[in-house]
Amino acid sequence: MNLADIQKIAEQEVDFERAYKYRINVCCSSGCVPLGAFKVLKAFEEAVKEFGVEKECKVAKTGCVGTCSVGPAVVIEPGDYLYQNVTPEKVREVVRDHIVLGLPVKGMLYGNPAFFKKQHRLVLRNAGKIDPTRIQDYIAMGGYSAIVKCLATMTPQGVIYEVATSKLRGRGGAGFPTGQKWGLVARAHGKPKYIVANLDEGDPGVFANRTLAEADPHAILEGMLIAAYAIGAEKGYLYIRSEYPLAIQTLQRAIAQAKSLSLLGDNVLETGFKFDVELRFGAGAFVAGEETAILASVEGCRAMPRPRPPYPANSGLWGKPTLIQNVETLANIPIIIQNGGAWFSKIGTPRCTGTKCFSLTGKTNNPGLIEVPMGITLREVVFDIGGGVPEGRKFKAVLVGGPSGGCLPDALLDLPIDYDSLTRVGAIMGSGGIVVLDDHSCMVDTAKFFTEFCVDESCGRCTPCRAGLARIKEVFAGITEGNARMEDITTLEKASVYIRDASLCGLGQTAPNPVLTTLRYFRDEYVEHIRDKTCRAGKCFKKEEKGVEQ
Amino acid sequence: MTTTTVTLKIDGLEVTVPEGTMILKAAKDNGIIIPTLCNLEGLSPYGGCRLCLVEISGSPKLFPACITPVSSGMEVTTKSERLTEYRRMAVQMLLAERTHICSVCVANDHCELQSLANQLGVDHVLFERKWTNLEIDSSHDFLVIDRNRCILCTRCIRVCDEIEGVHTLDLKLRGKDSQVIMDLDEHWGSSCSCTSCRKCAKVCPVGAIYIEGEPVSHTKHKDIAEFITERRQRKWKR
Ligand SMILES: Cc1cc2nc3c(=O)[nH]c(=O)nc-3n(C[C@H](O)[C@H](O)[C@H](O)COP(=O)(O)O)c2cc1C
Ligand code: FES
Repeated sequence: MNLADIQKIAEQEVDFERAYKYRINVCCSSGCVPLGAFKVLKAFEEAVKEFGVEKECKVAKTGCVGTCSVGPAVVIEPGDYLYQNVTPEKVREVVRDHIVLGLPVKGMLYGNPAFFKKQHRLVLRNAGKIDPTRIQDYIAMGGYSAIVKCLATMTPQGVIYEVATSKLRGRGGAGFPTGQKWGLVARAHGKPKYIVANLDEGDPGVFANRTLAEADPHAILEGMLIAAYAIGAEKGYLYIRSEYPLAIQTLQRAIAQAKSLSLLGDNVLETGFKFDVELRFGAGAFVAGEETAILASVEGCRAMPRPRPPYPANSGLWGKPTLIQNVETLANIPIIIQNGGAWFSKIGTPRCTGTKCFSLTGKTNNPGLIEVPMGITLREVVFDIGGGVPEGRKFKAVLVGGPSGGCLPDALLDLPIDYDSLTRVGAIMGSGGIVVLDDHSCMVDTAKFFTEFCVDESCGRCTPCRAGLARIKEVFAGITEGNARMEDITTLEKASVYIRDASLCGLGQTAPNPVLTTLRYFRDEYVEHIRDKTCRAGKCFKKEEKGVEQ
Repeated sequence: MTTTTVTLKIDGLEVTVPEGTMILKAAKDNGIIIPTLCNLEGLSPYGGCRLCLVEISGSPKLFPACITPVSSGMEVTTKSERLTEYRRMAVQMLLAERTHICSVCVANDHCELQSLANQLGVDHVLFERKWTNLEIDSSHDFLVIDRNRCILCTRCIRVCDEIEGVHTLDLKLRGKDSQVIMDLDEHWGSSCSCTSCRKCAKVCPVGAIYIEGEPVSHTKHKDIAEFITERRQRKWKR
């Protein structure tokens, strides 16, 4: 296999695809599989034979198109007809009407074109379009042409320059400029250098990285290859949580395929460039996604964060320079190389370029996975893409950034989504969770819930996060059970600010965000709970059997 | 060998120290004491207790002095209203976290947490104080661990690993449930790696690890790690 061979595979594959008139893409991602996607797939395979159209139709299992709430989802190309809630029984009808008669089955089509209208699919460019278990599918879509371009025509510095020009920022939460990070690792002394791709995704209710890995695993691998070439790394670890069995399987297969085409290994595409990827599995700790904790975990230790400096760029895995990058960041790299950094920098806002994937959940009409350009407003996400709040309830707040994000009220709905705007109002980008809350939600209870999550997930190393969050949790218990005094609001505030400022790692530094933002935007609810002992959402003051702690 | 030095200001005082020195040590060598709990000279720094947080001009963030190296021209503030407030907060959170009742504690009057509370003027605890019921292990011939008094500074774990070199002690569980364990969570009396060297009891800042029947005033000897390290580096000449 050499550089030209990749091009040949792409051409062969395109010819092969051209022989088909239709392509039936059945989503076989984690969302649709429990709903019976494999049965639907089988039904399609049988139905096309039954109607004698198997020569015209290619039935493929693909990744997620994002409409996880109405699965199993099936897309028929050309025309991108999206069928929802497909059952094996309905498959014959679809094949008969759509393929044989050429009349799409109106009643089964996804009725919400607005869900896709404001999206901009860059990272998820292949999601739902290619079969993630076939490397040829990825190559046919132009995959691995970016690493070919790097190896054939670009210097490592040139690659870093291109990524810096794109102004891409890390998608794992903190938003550090990616090109700058690559420059730091490239310049750091010490050999070998390592790459760690972060697919820990420990935030509850967030599934963007999982979907990406299940739908387009080679995009992540290609991003790692390009990063390795740019910084001079020979070995990469892909850290994935073991709760993602399908993603693990998909990635394992992808790595084996890439090796067999010598895209990974000692002599990548006969250019002498050497890079290998190994999977490492997390054991389900949120903090393991933090960059120093992930290093400890990859080394085989307890996933405990450590103080920085030294920064991983200088002293990471086994004390060597290490690049830690979120998988969504990595999946952006191939398109930046293909189209140029300048092209990428025009998408989104001037300071936050590109797009971001979000898991849209909670009280929304269209839950699912979305990818939107940076700078889109919360209102557009919640009301246009999400279709508003169901059952005629009233919108109350939107939680951006997972368990350590901020609860933002309707007054902030016109806020553009980018790193800096979110930080200014007390939220964070996090790994991309947007939870919509309606007037059934109690904001005190919501803040309490996320505090409890962070208490459970705190590693225990530093006082503020370990001992402090547990204290806050107790204050919340008092407020929601009716044993609180007004001073407790001040205590909450003081303790939260302290935990934010004094904690060792990002977990403790951001964990008080839900408390601080609800105190800032929904203070009256706290007052009602304490003074009047009432909860307008009817969530609190219920008698519960109190468990004995410890 | 010549060492490069760095000049910086700590609380307005100009000091010159070797490159790579931590702020905590630079301050101490110049007579400025920053409160600490987890740090111990001679052991690897941990950065956990957050008592040593200081301000550095030009940054809104706080820095743990025990683990932040000096750099040239740095201006460090070790005392301010905010820092005192934060240190009090840390002590209060620790006091509320487990069962810290000085009057019935072996380490009463010889406890670093207690004396810090006094120094910082902690005269009440904002939070509800917890009454924990964690395991007390007195199966060892003379070493006792009362996990209800532990503040999880991990000095014992580090001294056992780094100075004694046996790594009998470690942590189990995480967060507020973290506990110091022996070997693979065995009783101390049946630990096959423990050498009974007593260093853990000597460095424990509180009354969590102590020697049965021996006054804590006699046991505590927290400079031990520093002494042994310096001796091993042959810093002392005969
Ligand atoms: C508590 C905590 C959890 C984190 N979890 C993740 C995660 O699941 N995935 C991730 O990519 N980054 C996570 N991060 C961010 C990483 O520390 C790191 O910033 C990121 O992986 C860097 O990659 P990027 O520059 O591509 O964003 C987490 C950070 C903290 C503090
Ligand atoms: S002494 Fe520095 S954090 Fe404990």
